[in-house]
This record gives sequence, structure tokens and C-alpha cells, in this order.
Amino acid sequence: MAELRAYAALFGGQWRSLLSYRASFIVEMITNIGGTALDVLAVLVIFQATSTVAGFTLSQGLLIVSLSSCAFALADFTVGNIDRLKTYVRTGAMDAVLVRPLGVLMQLVLMDLPLRKALRLVVGFGVLAVALTVNPIDWTPARVTLLVITPLAGAVFFASIFVLSASLAFWWVDSGEVGSAFTYGGRDFTAYPTPVYAGWFRAVFAYGLGFGFVAYQPALALLGRADPLGLPTWAGFVSPLVALVAAALAAAVWRSGIRHYRSTGS
Amino acid sequence: MDGLDARVPQISPRRPFRDSFATFGALAWSGFQRYATYRQATIAGSFTNIVFGFLRCYVLLAVAAGVAGGRPAGYGPEQLATFVWVGQGLLTVVSLWGWTELSDRIRSGEVTADLLRPVHPVIGYLAPDLGRAWHAMIFRFVPPLVVGLIFFDLYLPGRWFTVPLFAVSIVFAVIGSLAMRFLVNATAYWLHDARGPIMLWTLSAGVLAGLYFPLRFLPDWLAVTLWVATPFPGFLQTPLDVLIERDAAPLQAGLVVLQAVWAAVLLALCAVVQRRAERRLVAQGG
Repeated sequence: MAELRAYAALFGGQWRSLLSYRASFIVEMITNIGGTALDVLAVLVIFQATSTVAGFTLSQGLLIVSLSSCAFALADFTVGNIDRLKTYVRTGAMDAVLVRPLGVLMQLVLMDLPLRKALRLVVGFGVLAVALTVNPIDWTPARVTLLVITPLAGAVFFASIFVLSASLAFWWVDSGEVGSAFTYGGRDFTAYPTPVYAGWFRAVFAYGLGFGFVAYQPALALLGRADPLGLPTWAGFVSPLVALVAAALAAAVWRSGIRHYRSTGS
Repeated sequence: MDGLDARVPQISPRRPFRDSFATFGALAWSGFQRYATYRQATIAGSFTNIVFGFLRCYVLLAVAAGVAGGRPAGYGPEQLATFVWVGQGLLTVVSLWGWTELSDRIRSGEVTADLLRPVHPVIGYLAPDLGRAWHAMIFRFVPPLVVGLIFFDLYLPGRWFTVPLFAVSIVFAVIGSLAMRFLVNATAYWLHDARGPIMLWTLSAGVLAGLYFPLRFLPDWLAVTLWVATPFPGFLQTPLDVLIERDAAPLQAGLVVLQAVWAAVLLALCAVVQRRAERRLVAQGG
């Protein structure tokens, strides 16, 4: 119970700081909606420049980008700010976190829960609703289940990527933007059908790192469309497994990072 | 401390600007050196630019492959590849994102020290930023370009004046971007916390400057409006269009002139805003 109260206190501090800069918070919240809307709009502009992109129509593209942005928005809302870890490590704020008898990751998440990003979820799921109406989907129990688990599995996957890339800071304080290549880069990768990409780059991102299973493969399974790249239909149902592997890996790296951490000495 | 005193150095009447030039040069050099110290961050940043280069390049090439004739909005595949890779290098040179120095100083009150300096605050931020841009030009512009050359067919400019014009265009892009960042940060004089405006700027800058897709993909009326009514295309789209020779020579040069006009307007606006802010600062007594 005491632990829960401590977490609540951390969250309360967040809430109060946000109420004291109310105008700024509202502006940030609105710009955040704009952020997700722009991600989707950029995809729409790309698709309207041509009839099909890598053999995918606009409405199919919309389904892929909406699944990707729901998953990303969920992950970004919960652990997105973990990428500030490098600042905490550099400034020594990490020491204060470690001496408290609370979960380190949980503290970092609650210290900096980006409440302003909440409405991003609404935009993401709104676009998903539109995508589901414009695509003819032959609903079966399996597909309904798939629709429910895809954003959740995708969110777990993205959250793992966030934690993994933030963990870099334990070994390499000056890691700068390397993490963004996989968090925001991963979001951009999953926003388009995988056949858009080619060669070893596609192999690494889609299958090596697993980004192909966040939105593209599930979307194919929902649409009942064969994969031009040759994976079987059941590949769409693999996303929870991919997410679990990523989460296990992230947990292991995070724990070893915490053990490896030796303050800045400043 | 021998030889140092409080006297203002005698300015030669024949060369009245010598001291200003020396000061400007020293400030610019300090900007260069500051970024030269973050060597690991430079490597890390280039890596990320390169990954995004692959992502964006493949998307635009897929668009070109899907369009009848293979030239979406008048760009050939090689022009699109150059657009992406040079854009990834230019992004750090122009530096649209992540500059909160002025607003941080306003919030902490340190900004008052800027007023004591014998250099106008706008110049005091512009000079180091040009030094920073020069550093980025050497260490951040080149790596994505080299990777692009290795993995994709890039477009090489054919007109003799394209490269010098591109260089001039980059200078205006850097000045315009700094002026815009200064203005966005300066809202902190009135709002105390400029995070909202800075976020708004961060979001709009990339899209409206042509980072995510060439602005010509938009309907003509919208693209023209953006060019004439906003400074945004001048930060990336104009230099890139100049380099890949998207337009005939007169229009190519005309876009750079438009960019220059916008840079001048923005700098003048900075001076006005700074003057008004100084008056306000005195009124607050802080």
C-alpha cells in the first residue's frame, strides 16, 4: 500500500505542475493531436500522389498507418518519455531515482507521464475506425480478436523498443539521437506497407527487428490479402509473440543496464 | 592583467566595421567549437539521419514507381533520392529542432546578461548559429550524402551555377531558421513558458519545410501559398529544389530571392520583438 501511495504522490506532482501552467498545457495538448494527425496526413499526401504505393491502395494504406499509429501512441503515452533517461544519467538525477525503494522504470514513467499526449490516442483510434469502414473486411471471430490484440501487441513492442533504446544511455551517455532511429524510425517504417522498402534494409527492419509484425502483417490478415513478400497468412497472428520476445529482451537489457550504472560521479 | 582596461578600443575611422567583423567572427568561431566538442553525439546523430534517409528514400521511390511515367510532381526517381539524402544532411545544418536556449535564458532571467553585452542580442545568437551551421556542413551534411551515393542513384546538377546558388540558398535557410527559432523562443518573454509554441513550431516546421514529402506533392495553389505567404519552404524545400534543378533557371533563382526576402523580414521582426521585449523586461523590473 505504501508503495502505491508513493507512486500516487509522484503522479500527483506531475498533475499539479501541469495545472500551474494551464495555458501551456492546452496548447501542448492540441499540438499533440496535430502531431498524430500530421503523421497520418503525410501518408495520405504520399498516397494521393499516385494510385497505388507498392501495390497497396489508399484505404489499405490507411489501415496500416492507423494500426501503427494506435500502437505507437499507446506506447509513447506510457513509456515514451523514457528517452530522457540520457539526461537523467548525465545530470545525476538517476541517482535520486535509484536510492528510492521503488521500481526504477515505474518511477521514471510516473515522474514524466506525458499527459499532454493522451488525445493522440483518440486520433489514432479515430483513424482506425475510418480505415475499418472503408476497407471491405470479412469479419470472423479470429479477425475480431486480431483487431483487438494488434494495437496492444504493437504497443508492447514499441514500448520495448523505447526501453531498449533508452538503455543505451547506461553504456553510452552521449548516445544522442541513436534511439530515435528505432523508436520514431520504427514508427515511420510501420506506417507504410513493408514492400515499399527493399533489400537488406527491409530484411533488417521488418524481420530482423520485427517491425513488419506491428501493422503490416496483421493488416494483411484482416484484409485477407496474400503477402506479396511470401509470408503465410498466419504471420499476422504472430505479433503478440514478437512483442513478448521484444519485451523479454528489453527487460533483460534494462536490468543489466541498471546493474551496469555507475553514476556520473558529479 | 597587464594591458587590459575598461577603455573601448579605438575604432579606425578608415575601417569602421573592423571591430564588428572581428566580434562576429569570434562569436561564430565559438559556435563552431561548441559543437566540435560533442564528437560522439555527431556520430550518433548522423546514424539516425541515415536511417531516416533510407526510410524516406524508399517511400518516395515507391511513389515514383507507382506513378505513370515515373515522375510524381515532376521529380524523377534520381531527383527524389537526392532530395531525400541531401535533405537529411541539410536538416542538421538548418537545425529546425531542439533549440530552446533563448527561452531557457528568459525563464531563468539570465537573458538580462545579454542586454549588457555590446552586441545586439539578435546578432549575439545569429553569429554562433552560423558557426554551428558551418560545423554541421562539414560533419553532418557529408555522411548521409555519401551513404546516399553508395546505395542509390543520385541526381547530379547539370547547370554550372546550381551549386553556388545552392550554397547561397543554404545561407538564407540557416538565417531564416535561426530568426524563426528566435521568434518562437521569444514568446517566452510574454508567456514565461514557451514549450507550447516551440512544440507547434517543431511539428509544423518539418512538414511545411518539405522534410516528409516534397511540397510539390500538394495541390498547386497550396504549394504556392506556402511559398509566398510563409517562410517554411525556404528552410529546406527551396535549397533542395535548387540543387536538383526542379525548375527552369529563372524560377530557380527567383525562389532563392524569395527566400532572401523572407530571411530579411524575419530578422527585422526579431529586432522589433527584441526591442518590445526589452521595454517589457524593464517594466517588470526583472
